[in-house]
Formats: sequence, structure tokens, C-alpha cells
Amino acid sequence: MEQLRFAYDGLKSSNVGAYAIAGVVASGDLEILVEREELGGRCEVDIRTSVQGFEKTWSAVTQSFVSTRALANTRITINDSGATPAVVNLRLAQAAQKLDEGDA
Amino acid sequence: MNANDLFAADALRHSYLESTARARAHGMCDDNSFTEWLDPRARLTSPHLEALDVPVSFDDGIVIGEGRLKGEQIFVAAQEGRFMGGAVGEIHGAKLTGLLRRAVQEKPAAVLLLLETGGVRLHEANAGLVAISEIQRAVFDARHAKVPVVVLIGGGNGCYGGMGIVAPCCDAIVMSELARLSVSGPEVIETARGVEEFDAKDRALVWRTMGGKHRYLLGEIDRLVDDDLPSFKEAAATFLRRPVAFDLDAVVAEHARLAERIERFGACEDAVDIWAALGIAEPEQIPSLDLEQFQEAVARSRTGSVHETR
Amino acid sequence: MKLADLLNALFPEGHDVTVDADVVQGLGQLDGRDVALIGTAGHAAIGVETALTLAAHVLRVVQDKPGMPILLLVDNAGQRLSRRDELLANNGYLAHLAKCLEVARARGHQVLSLVYDQAISGGFLAAGMIADRTYAVPEALIYVMNLPAMSRITQILLERLESLCVTSAVFAPGVPSFFKLGIVEGVWDGDLSGALRDALTDHSKADLRSENGFARGGRTLAAEIARRVQEGRT
Repeated sequence: MEQLRFAYDGLKSSNVGAYAIAGVVASGDLEILVEREELGGRCEVDIRTSVQGFEKTWSAVTQSFVSTRALANTRITINDSGATPAVVNLRLAQAAQKLDEGDA
Repeated sequence: MNANDLFAADALRHSYLESTARARAHGMCDDNSFTEWLDPRARLTSPHLEALDVPVSFDDGIVIGEGRLKGEQIFVAAQEGRFMGGAVGEIHGAKLTGLLRRAVQEKPAAVLLLLETGGVRLHEANAGLVAISEIQRAVFDARHAKVPVVVLIGGGNGCYGGMGIVAPCCDAIVMSELARLSVSGPEVIETARGVEEFDAKDRALVWRTMGGKHRYLLGEIDRLVDDDLPSFKEAAATFLRRPVAFDLDAVVAEHARLAERIERFGACEDAVDIWAALGIAEPEQIPSLDLEQFQEAVARSRTGSVHETR
Repeated sequence: MKLADLLNALFPEGHDVTVDADVVQGLGQLDGRDVALIGTAGHAAIGVETALTLAAHVLRVVQDKPGMPILLLVDNAGQRLSRRDELLANNGYLAHLAKCLEVARARGHQVLSLVYDQAISGGFLAAGMIADRTYAVPEALIYVMNLPAMSRITQILLERLESLCVTSAVFAPGVPSFFKLGIVEGVWDGDLSGALRDALTDHSKADLRSENGFARGGRTLAAEIARRVQEGRT
């Protein structure tokens, strides 16, 4: 298992939704938990993945996602079981949508 | 699996089979009434899986909580079949046992168990096995307290192993034809006894032997429904506040039915032979009938207690 | 342990037991009272007929001998693996056996089980763990699945599973693991009739297995999580 951590600053703020979850830890999929938390404006991302060696890909995907959303004071925690970037993006989008809708 | 498949699957939101455990749990309750207990924020991940470098899940593969169904309070537990095949590990099992014990105290109108599981989570072996026994004991305690425990089985993995034994210990079982209920899986039988005994790749054989339609015809389950959340929900609602007797008379009657089943069908080679013996006019057509046609075929056969269950 | 030796050790006062198609039934005498004996021998694989026969014996005791304690004698190879048993819904027959035993418990019969040889998976669940308390002789073989099969299904290397068996009670087959996890209440060694006598004095019906598992260090989480849910601390 590989554990990766990223943190992003300088984001717009939003306090919509307390938490949201998307995806399932199945082969080729992943589970994303998104929680609002007082983080001094930051967004923190914590990834546990069964596939080693993709730190750059994860960094790019999360960076891109965070920079287009109002995700200040947000913690994103991921349990990954080998999802492709397309699947990761789908689940991130679903989690963000649920957060906006105020649904878990 | 690619993103398009996942997106399409999510769009089939009404399909019980395609829905996640969380969506199924919400789907069994009146709008917006489901509240999850020990939700993913609790991060109750399995240390046993972590020790084996196997990916963990924040809810350990089971969603539990309470909601309202037709205005009545219910407890719901839904196993996530896509995580470890829905198999029962220490934490997963404890969540379910705790829910059933709480039902004894709070007496909801029903406990709905949305089972999709291979049984014991082998990665947690002994802990998984005792977890299932504790679940079984807690089911019995809920039944003694007259809280109906209703099993819903509609996922692709079916309900197998020790949980396949727990299911008939409950008040009622609702299934769709897409699901299966048994104790031993086809692959396990084939591995142990050879392909002649059971060809696990013969899907038609698997479903004839263990699938919802056959279980209904055999008298093992109470309702067969379409593969959609509202159908499961409506069927579950019929059991609210209606516990099934669980006393000496009930098990004596069940004993007689089970003895008769062996007498009548013990020499049958295949499910089709059993269906023929039940008086079904064109038994080989059964697998291809839709629900309405199937129910008509059953009604026409009327050979007495075809499926007077439990 | 051989059935004959087991019966002599448990019931030096006397016993009257028949074995038919690996199904054991009869009575043992202890301190002048009868104990109903029901179980299996010969590493029986439990299919629909066996499960039904066992259930019939339970019902007979419930109907004819109100309040008599029942000792389940466990030696099985788990559920029978056959297409026919699945076709007829063996899961339902095993559940029926469990329900009959539960009705016995509810009607005041103390139900104890003793693994005297082998107990596997579904066979252990339906015919062993259903009891108020489960006991075992030290050399009993209790497990969920054999290691090679487990390795195939989980994709964990056999060597890894074997080494885990040395360090982890969660994996290791055998009585010490099952005791540590709280599944087996106690180990009966030597004075079996004394152990049975003591066990018969414990009339508690509460399921203490997860608490015992915690106290013995075998299962660190189950008791606490179940309690959190039960008490609404969620």
C-alpha cells in the first residue's frame, strides 16, 4: 500500500455540505470521503492506494480538481483499489456534487 | 472497468442490483429519512485487511442506520457487495450485531437486512465466522422481542456461506430473480467435487439451482420482486410490525415441510424436474419468464402448499 | 477423540447412545440426571438429510423431555458440498436445525456444545456455535477453510497464510485461537465429567463471546463497536 498526502492553499471558501462519500473500494474503483474541516483555508488530500508509483498522476489529478472547485477547508480522504484517472475524476466529481447538494 | 460503465451504472439508479449499499439503504426508506450510524467519517477500517495490504473501506463494507418506512421507524443494514464480496469481517459483523441488539431495546417496526455476501471474510477467517454466529444470535433475540427481521437479497453476489444460513433464520426473505441464496458457492463445490458435480461456469445451472425463482418455487423465500428499489421497498413494507411466529409449533410445521421436500424432490436431478413435479406446465420456460408471467405460471400450477412458507 | 472414549469420560455413571449414518443420539447420566446427547461422528458432512435428522432429535427432546439439558457432540466436515444439497436448499435445513435449537433454548433447555474432533465452517455454525456455550477438547480441529483453498480464494500466498497462522489467532485453526477469540468458552481436558458438571451450573444465556474475545486479546474491536451501535454512540 502506498500513502500519499497533498495540501493546497489559496482557495475560495464554501461551507456547503458537511461531508460526502462517493465510490466503492472495488477493483478498479475507489472510495472518496470529502469533509468540511477547519484547515486554515487549505484543502488536504490523503490517499491510500494499492498501486505504487503513481504519485505524480495523483498529484496532477487532485491539483486539477481542487483548483476548479471551492474546496477551502476541505479534507479529501481516499481508499483506492487501482482506479484509472478517468474513474478518479468521476468519483471526485460525484463527491463534489453530493457536497454541493448537501447529501451524503 | 471504465468511467463510462460506472457512469451508466449510476444512471440505472432504480436497479437494486446496480445500486450501492448506501443507495439501497436510502431506497428502502421514505424520502430523506435514512440516517446512517457510524458513517464513513468514523473511519472504522479493518486492521486485519491493513495488515494484509488489502485496501480498506471507511464503513468496512456495511451501511447501518435507521429511517422511516411508511411512516414507521425501521433499522436498515446494507452490505456492499463490491467491497470484499460483501464478506463479513470483525468490524462489519459487529456493526450488524450492534444494530440487531439495539432493535431489541428500541423495537422498530422492522429490521431490514439487505444482504449481499459470500459469507465469512476469509481474510479475517475465525473472526468472521464468530461474527456470523453473533449475528445469528442477535437475530434470534430480535425475533424473541417480536421485532420482524426481513432479509432482502438482490445483489449480483447473492447471499452465501454462513449468511445463507442466517437468512432463513429471519422472519421473511424477499429476492429478485437476479440474486441467489445458498450456503456453498458453485466454485467451491466444483473445486472440491469436480465439474461433473457442479459446473460453476454454467450460469443457467447456477441460477436454476440457487436463484430467486427456484427458491421461491421451493418455498424457501416469501416474495419474488422486480429488480428495482421501489419493488423491494414495497415488499419490505408488508412485513412492518408483523413478526412471524417463532415457537415450537412453527418449527414443527417447518420440519414437516422440509421432510416433505426431501420425499417429493430428493431424487430430482435438476430444478426443472422439481418444477415439473410441482405441477408447473412448462418448467423449462421458467427462467425466461418475466415476473408477471412467472406469477401466472405459479398460480396456474396450484398443487397445494407449493410455497407456503415459513 | 473417539466417540466411545468421549462418552465414557463424560458419563462414567452410564450412557446409552446410538449412531446411525453418522448421527449420534441418546442420553448420558450425570449425578443421577439425564443429559440429552445429539450430534455427529465420523467427520460427517452435513447435508439436508443429516441436518433434518439432527433437528428431529432436537424436537423429540423438546417435546418429550422438557427442561432437559442438551449436549451437542460436534464432529463434522462442515456443510456437505454437493449440487443436490444446494438444489434442495441445504442452507434452509441448516437454518432449521439452528432454529430448533434456539426454540429449545427459549423453552429452558440448556444447550451446550462440545467439539470432540472436528468442526468446520457452516457445520460449526449450525451444530456448534448455536449453543449457549461452546467447549472443545484440546486436540479438536476447528477451522473456517483449509489453507490451500483459502490461499486460492484470497490470492494470499500460502506461505504468508502459514506464517500468519503462527502469529495470529484470527487465522490459525485449532482450539487455542478459537478460545482466544472468545468462540470457545473453555477447553475440557482430563476430567470431562467434572467439566460438564461445572458447565451445567452456568445458566447464563447472554452472548459474551465478543467480550471474552476482548478480555483474551483475540478480538479487540467487535465488543466495543457493537456496544457503540447498541448505545447510540454513533
